[in-house]
Amino acid sequence: MNLSRNAAFLLGGIAVAVLLALFLSPFASPLPDGLERVAEIHGFLARGETGAFTYAPFPDYALSGVKSPVWATGLAGLLGTLVVFVLAVLLGAGLRRFVKGAGRR
Amino acid sequence: MHIPDGFLDVKTWGTLAVVSAGAIGLAAKAAAKDAEEGNIPTMGVVAAFIFAAQMLNFPIAGGTSGHFLGGVFAALLLGPARGLLTMGLILIVQALLFADGGVTALGANIFNMGVIGAVGGYLLFRALWRLFPDRSPWLPAFIAGWASVVLAAAACALELGFSGTVPLGVVLPAMVGIHALIGLGEGAITAGALALVARVRPEVVRVVEVRG
Repeated sequence: MNLSRNAAFLLGGIAVAVLLALFLSPFASPLPDGLERVAEIHGFLARGETGAFTYAPFPDYALSGVKSPVWATGLAGLLGTLVVFVLAVLLGAGLRRFVKGAGRR
Repeated sequence: MHIPDGFLDVKTWGTLAVVSAGAIGLAAKAAAKDAEEGNIPTMGVVAAFIFAAQMLNFPIAGGTSGHFLGGVFAALLLGPARGLLTMGLILIVQALLFADGGVTALGANIFNMGVIGAVGGYLLFRALWRLFPDRSPWLPAFIAGWASVVLAAAACALELGFSGTVPLGVVLPAMVGIHALIGLGEGAITAGALALVARVRPEVVRVVEVRG
């Protein structure tokens, strides 16, 4: 296996993800998505009270404390992308450890 | 298509929470069996890319937008078990950090976009490619991507109908109709991203194994 090629692919992939989240996500369409639109038209949008669980720190992908809405969204995107990356790597490593542990028994 | 809290009744979200937890458990067991060091960072990169791409809503007709879901893409690169785990992880982060999708609706959202979107879409891809094994995989990937969104939307409509939120006869055609359009974007991104990855790093793409 060509390690440097693999590293280039992984770095390239993470770079694309970071660039999309940081610089492109603030300019995504603000229109309601398919489910929201259907809920709007058929009158059940109000049932989706996010008030039930308000502990999500950054609702609507806006980093709190950032004045510019463009940067609030972009930085929230960057944060989420990095959190997902780290958790997925930890999950992968955890699965591997789980197997090794099971094999020893 | 992320269902917020309040759209589903307790019996519906409760049932789907149990079903999705079981599916995640099975997927973790299956993924642990072929755990190799090499695919750990790949899963991280695929998960990060899908999370970022899901933020990029594109406008479609009728004042509506859609965005990439990535279930089929994840399953084709990581296999169905890791694909489901990846979608579950993304949905959990979206719900807990960004209030995108409800916490009570997590089971339903993992079922729709993971079990149906990733695993179901993957099985459909396999079936389609078996029909035309001499052709390249891009058309099956496009169709599977499109169908994964339409089927997930149909499941979402059934859940809303069973919850008594909105009559099934109303919500099913509405959800399927609008997502038949959104799904075209999913199909195009799935096939395009797959083609790009296959060009840069063919070893990562599991469709090679699917064919064998």
